[in-house]
Parts: sequence; structure tokens; C-alpha cells
Amino acid sequence: MSHSKTHRVLPGFGLSLGFTLAYLSLIVLVPVSAVFIKTAGMTAEQFWTAVASPRVVASYKLTFGAALLAAAINCVFGLLLAWGITRYTFPGRKLVDALIDLPFALPTAVAGIALTAIYAKNGWLGQFLEPLGIKIAFGPPGVLVALVFIGLPFVVRTVQPVLEDLDAEFEEAAASLGATRWQAVTRIVFPTLLPALLTGFALAFARAVGEYGSVIFIAGNIPMVSEITPLMIITKLEQYDYQGATAIASVMLVISFLLLLTVNGLQSWAAKRTGRTY
Amino acid sequence: MSIEVRGVNKSFGAFKALDNISLDFPDGELVALLGPSGCGKTTLLRVIAGLERADSGQVLLDGEDATDRDVRQRQVGFVFQHYALFKHMTVFENIAFGLRVRPRRTRPSEKDIRAKVSRLLDLVQLGWVADRFPTQLSGGQRQRIALARALAVEPRVLLLDEPFGALDAKVRKELRRWLRQLHDELHISSIFVTHDQEEALEVSDKVILINKGRVEQFGTPWQIYNEPASAFAYGFIGAVNEFRGRVEGDFVRVGDDLLSLAGAKFQNGQDVVAFVRPHETEIVPDIGGGHGITAKVHRILGNGPVTRVELVANGESRKGETDFFEVEIPGTQLASLGIATGQRVKLTSRRISIFDQQNGNERP
Amino acid sequence: MSAVAKALSPHAGGASRFERNAATRDAGIVKFLVLSLGLIFFAIFLLMPLVAVFLEAFRKGAATYFAALVEPDALSAIKLTLIAAAIAVPLNLVFGVSAAWAVAKFNFPGKQFLITLIDLPFSVSPVVAGLIYVLVFGLQGWFGAWLSAHDIKIVFAVPAIVLATVFVTFPFIARELIPLMQAQGRDEEEAAISLGASGLQTFFRVTIPNVKWALLYGVILCNARAMGEFGAVSVVSGHIRGETNTMPLHVEILYNEYQFAAAFAVASLLALLALVTLALKTYVEWRISHPATKEAV
Repeated sequence: MSHSKTHRVLPGFGLSLGFTLAYLSLIVLVPVSAVFIKTAGMTAEQFWTAVASPRVVASYKLTFGAALLAAAINCVFGLLLAWGITRYTFPGRKLVDALIDLPFALPTAVAGIALTAIYAKNGWLGQFLEPLGIKIAFGPPGVLVALVFIGLPFVVRTVQPVLEDLDAEFEEAAASLGATRWQAVTRIVFPTLLPALLTGFALAFARAVGEYGSVIFIAGNIPMVSEITPLMIITKLEQYDYQGATAIASVMLVISFLLLLTVNGLQSWAAKRTGRTY
Repeated sequence: MSIEVRGVNKSFGAFKALDNISLDFPDGELVALLGPSGCGKTTLLRVIAGLERADSGQVLLDGEDATDRDVRQRQVGFVFQHYALFKHMTVFENIAFGLRVRPRRTRPSEKDIRAKVSRLLDLVQLGWVADRFPTQLSGGQRQRIALARALAVEPRVLLLDEPFGALDAKVRKELRRWLRQLHDELHISSIFVTHDQEEALEVSDKVILINKGRVEQFGTPWQIYNEPASAFAYGFIGAVNEFRGRVEGDFVRVGDDLLSLAGAKFQNGQDVVAFVRPHETEIVPDIGGGHGITAKVHRILGNGPVTRVELVANGESRKGETDFFEVEIPGTQLASLGIATGQRVKLTSRRISIFDQQNGNERP
Repeated sequence: MSAVAKALSPHAGGASRFERNAATRDAGIVKFLVLSLGLIFFAIFLLMPLVAVFLEAFRKGAATYFAALVEPDALSAIKLTLIAAAIAVPLNLVFGVSAAWAVAKFNFPGKQFLITLIDLPFSVSPVVAGLIYVLVFGLQGWFGAWLSAHDIKIVFAVPAIVLATVFVTFPFIARELIPLMQAQGRDEEEAAISLGASGLQTFFRVTIPNVKWALLYGVILCNARAMGEFGAVSVVSGHIRGETNTMPLHVEILYNEYQFAAAFAVASLLALLALVTLALKTYVEWRISHPATKEAV
């Protein structure tokens, strides 16, 4: 732990940290601060009109509601998939494991048009669902479907390593103490997974709140019904309402910061609980 | 090469790792830095190597002030605790590394590098692993390669951080003997850090005992074991029976019992701590009266040449725990003593060391 | 490719270590339910969109498919996408290595905060990521007047597309390297220095070889995102055909013009890129978990 200012054994500290800070400031910090500086120049009334107009509020409700629901759905199925991949063998297991990351790798616009092709009225699934009165594309359910798609790997990839590291000893101990399999899983395994599951939930939620590309194709973008908040920023920009766009962006940025802090907190909690680092 | 350390201090935040350490390492000897974990011994080694910079004080190599000299210019060979072998290089390339990174004009030819590496591989008796990667070696082999790598640059001094720390008991023993032999062949001034007293006493020419960033004792292994200079040294080296009490005339009162001061001079009423080695503790029958510590025979162990007798103190110690004592007697004496489990006896000493409780570092 | 082939080949041995152990074995019905629910979900939500891209792309036949790809606007979009990635990836590579060196090999106050800041672009909505550059370089932005006076176009032109791409891919390489280099510690570097190596020698001969797979991993992910970014680029691009359209933006335009087959054709290239990315990623993960044992150099 060389804390001394005068002497470090390894070279390049000043150079690497200097470059890191300069690049970080140039690319991220200064441009991001532009949002807040511009917002600070508005009157309270201007700000409030921009961020609390009924159409924008409706977009918050949809964005956060759908993001929460999607993250919750992903927790359930993500856990099932992570469990299946780590604990069972089945044909194609490695292929499934590799494809879980597809939403990370597939450009969002591609996902958006593909999901639309599936869920539109004459689409692959849409043609069967629509006669049953289930309308998914071009409405809020479409938003949910897109957000489920992009959020899934976050849950699987945070839960999976913990599940892999979980030593069989704990379940053996539970069994030797007379616990049923159900008790062992609910009282020993799930509590161990909980921090990772919550972290995955928060990551999926954070990503879903800001998501744009995969959603706009399938959402239908009907004012007051299926407009997401990032789209509101774009809409304002297209109307040259930079002030309004910036005000909404500042709200989203604050929420991003809070979510980032939450995720960091969850991860350090998880690291303490499980002794592993992410 | 001689190594001298003068008034070295080093703190990590509020933690004082090295507290005004001054040492003169003898030339050409193998010296052990011994102490409990966190005592500062590794920090001292790293300061000597130049991997760590002291807050104040000097490091002199061959009488020259090397305090400001870079680790590269100090010509020290450093063997890391976990070996720090380069995982992506073969054993051969690991050993050759120090030669290959030299500036072109001082770099040996490829032929010379090959010759030198094979010589070193022969020296550490591992010629046949040259093309393997570190992950394919056992712990003991890695240790020897790390040593060969350090020797390749012809260091003036060899520094080893816990060289046997990560090895299992059997390999440790072998490597210990091997390191000693190697040192006898090369006679390069060497310092190694260890927390294992047996290792320090067995391998080294001199032992430096360190505690809480200070030097407790500097001496030969014999002196360290037989003439501990402080209460800490006594407690740290070898098994020992410890008695705490207050001086009453020529005796120490321990609970209801009296223990002879054996001629040591202390003031009446002084709180002292007395140490007696198990093999210098004697069991005498408890016939009432007389001095000695009352104890009850708990277990009698071992049927070999030495018998260990475990005893429990009479009643509880001040901390509320039961004190255990240990006595070693030649197996042949066991019968003549006629002791049995559960029997009440008294413990006296053939040799005793007594220290002030407040200031354990000073003998009277 | 090899990862896919490997994945398809039946797993030798049959039962996993959890299935062989009585204490961790689930009842057959549980396994059946978990797997069937999980895999149905997987098939509907992940597999089906992927398959849909390729099938929709070929719906009007191979001729239409290839025509859509060689059309000039498509080619210019491909070119711009490659340019953006070719600038963003090396920049973020240099940044990632530099940040990881500073963070992992030294101690300084505020280190944890710096790591958090590096992650920031991940949690910022792509749309906001585009907006910030409009606020700085746009006509009404900080440097807008000056830039237009000097006839320099950043927003609604290639520079802003590159900047937005750099922003959204900013943390990818750094975040792969930082934890790994922190875990590796300083031992090997210190050993190299103690053996007389210079700083650069230590860096190129010891540090880089130790992190090369993680580095490659980061580059692969960074590149995939750089080529696929939509939201941020959409805000700053201005959507000028043949000039400021990247592949994802070109997909959007074709789609909105109801040229579905063409849209899916271009999309299928991006999907192919995603599959290659996943295959490479799986291969690199395999290399990382099976460290070089017989890596003859």
C-alpha cells in the first residue's frame, strides 16, 4: 500500500490518472453537467410546466410502471433460467447459456422491429393473440414486452455466478439437519441469492427506464397512452423545445444517479453477504 | 553485501508498521525476520528492497545510502510470498526475464541467456520443467523457480517474503533444508521473513524478532530460544508456562501459591510475569506447604522418549478461564514419579525467567 | 462458431454435479417445470425475435435481400457505422487501460467514487446521452454560435455521431479490466521492476499479457454496442440519408417507409454481428476460465 506522495514503485500514476480524469470530464462530466446548468437557468414555473405536463406525467407512469413490471417478470423467469442452466443438464444448455446475452448484443432497433413483427396484428404471435382480444403491439403491453426482452440478461447474469459458487455443503448441511428439499431451497438457497436477485432487478429496471430503441417501434407512441419518457425528450427536441427536453432529461438523470447508487449499494451488500465481488 | 537500516519509520494511516528500526545485517549470512502477522516484518523487507518507501530513516547497502535509489538500481533479488511468477510465460522465460529486459548494450546474447537459465535451472534442480507454465508446477517447484528468477540478475542481496508460507508441511521441511544448502553454496546476504519460529530457528544464522514494528531481539537461534530478551520473546518462541503474580520477598505469589524468584531481584509488591519452559518445569508431589504451583494432572500423553503431562490450574484464573500447564519429562522418569490422572501435584522450576508486567521488555 | 458447435454437442456424462448429489438434486417434476417454463420463456422472448429477423429479411426472396444491402444508402450507412466504431473502440480502449492502471495499481482518495463515475454512462438513457451533445455543440448550445461562425458542424454530422457512440460505450473496457487488475494486484509488476524492467517493459510484457483476454472481451462488447447504438445516435444524427445515417438508423428509416424486407435485411446484418459477438464472447469466456496451460508462443 504505497500511500507516500513522493515515491511509487510502479510508474505512470500521474499519466494514467490524469488522462482518465481528463477523458472522463471531456466525454461524460462536462456534457452531462450541461443538462443541469441549462436546467438551473430556468424559472421554477418553466421547469414545472415542462416536467409535470399531463402528457409527460403519463409517460412517467408508463415508463416506470412497465419497467418495474418487466424487472419483476425478469426476476421470476431469470431465476428459473439461471437455476436451469447451472443446476441441470439438458441438450442445448450451452447454447441457451450463450444466447441469454442476445439482448446485450442485438442492436435495440433490430430488437424493436423484430418484436413488432411478432406481436403486430398479422404477426407471428399477434395473429393468434388478437382474436382472443389480446392486443400487444402498439400499446402499453408492447412496451412491457420490449422491456422484458432487454432486461432478462441482467437478472440471469447476476444470479448465475452466485448460484454456481454456492457450495453444495450448505444444502447438504440443511439436509443432514432434517430439512426437506423445499425448506433447504427457500431457507438456505434463496436468502443467499436475494442480494444478487435484487441487484439484477435494479439493473434491469435502470436499463428499462432509459430504453428507447426497442420500445418505440412496438409502442405505437399514442399520446397519453403509450409514450415513454425518452420519447418525450425526442418529441420536444423535434419541436425545438430544447428547454423542455433538457428539463425532462434532468429528471431522468437524477433518477439514473439514484439507481446507480442503489445498484452500488446492493452490490456491496451482496459482496459482503456472499464474499464475492462483481 | 552488508545491509544497514537506520531509524526507519513507516505508517499506514494511523497504523505504525515500523517504529524507529535500526539494524545492521551481517554480510553473507542468512537472517530471519520473525514475528507475528502484522508486526511489520514484510514492510521492513519491502523497504529494504525499495518496493516501499520509509516515512523517515535510511537504508544503506554496502555502506552507501540507497534510500532514494529505485528498486531497479538496488540490485536486490526479491522472492514474493505468492511467487509472482509471470503466468503467461514459461519457466524458462520467467527466469530469463531479468536478462531480456536489460538495455541492448548490457543485454547478454541469446546464447548466454540460454546458458545462464539452464545453469540456474540446474541449481534449483528443475531443469526438466523449463518449458512448462507456472500453473503446471507444484507450490514447491514454483518457489524454487521464483528463487532462480531472482538469482538470474545476480543480486547483491536476496530478500524472501514468507518463502515457505504457502506450502504444505512436508514440502516446507524439504525446501527449508534446500534453501540452507543453497545459501551455503552461494553465500549471498539473504533475509527472509517468516512467522514460523521453527523455520526461523532451523534455517537462519541470525534471527531478528519483531513485534509491533519494533525489534524485540536480535541474536543467534540459540540465543533467541534459550535467552529470550523480553516477555514477548518468551511467549512467542516455543511452548511456555506462564504465571502472573505479585512479588513477596523471595517469592512470587500466584493465587494461594508461592513460586521461587530463584534469585531475581524485584521490589516487594511488584506485579510480575514468570515464564518456565515445559522441559524446565518439574512435578513434585503435593505434600502440603512449601512453594510451587498447585495443579491437577489432566492428561498424560506420549509413550516415546518424552512424555507430556497436561495439568490444570487449581481453580480459575482471573480471566475466568481454566489455565493449562504443560510439563515435559523423559519417559523413563514417568514411572518413578508415580503420577496418575486426577492427582494433585505442585509445579516448580529448574529455570525461570521473570519480567515486570508493566514493562515486559526489561529484565531486572 | 466453435462455441455454437460445442454447445450443440451433447454434454458428456449427463448429470451435473448438483444432480449427482442427493442433497442438491431436485425432484424430476421440479426439474421438468423449471426447465419447461424457463425454456418456453427463452424461446418466446429471445429466440423468436432472433429467428424473426432472418425470416422477415428473406420474406421477399434472396434478390430483394441482397439488393437492400448493396443499395448506396445502405452502403454509406454501413461505412459510417464502421467509422464510428473504428474511432470509439480504440479511444475507449486507451481510456479503459489507463483507468484500470490508475485504479488497480495505485491507491488514492476518491478511487471508489471514480469507479462509480466511470459506470455512469451505463445508467444514462441513450436519448439523454445524445441530448447532452446537442446542448454543448448544437446551434443553441454552449459552443453553437462559435462553431457556426467558423462553419464547423458537429451536431447533425459525423463528429456528434462519434461522440455519442464514445459516450454510450465509454465504460465497457474499463469495467472489464478494473476488477481483474485489482484482483491480480501488483505482485507481478513489482517482480518485473525488481528484476530491472522499465515501466513500459513491465506494462507490455507483464500487465497486458495478463489481461489480454479480458481486454478482448471488453473490445468485443464495446464494438457490438458501438455498431448497434440507436437512441443516442438518433438524437444527434439529423437522419440525413447517405450522410449521417448509421445502420440502425437506416433500419428505422426503411421500416418507417414500410420497406420491411429491406429494413430486416439490414437488421439481419446487425443480428449476424450480434451472433458473432456472442460466439466470440463465449470463446473468450472459455479461454478465461481455462487459463493457458499449453499456450505455446
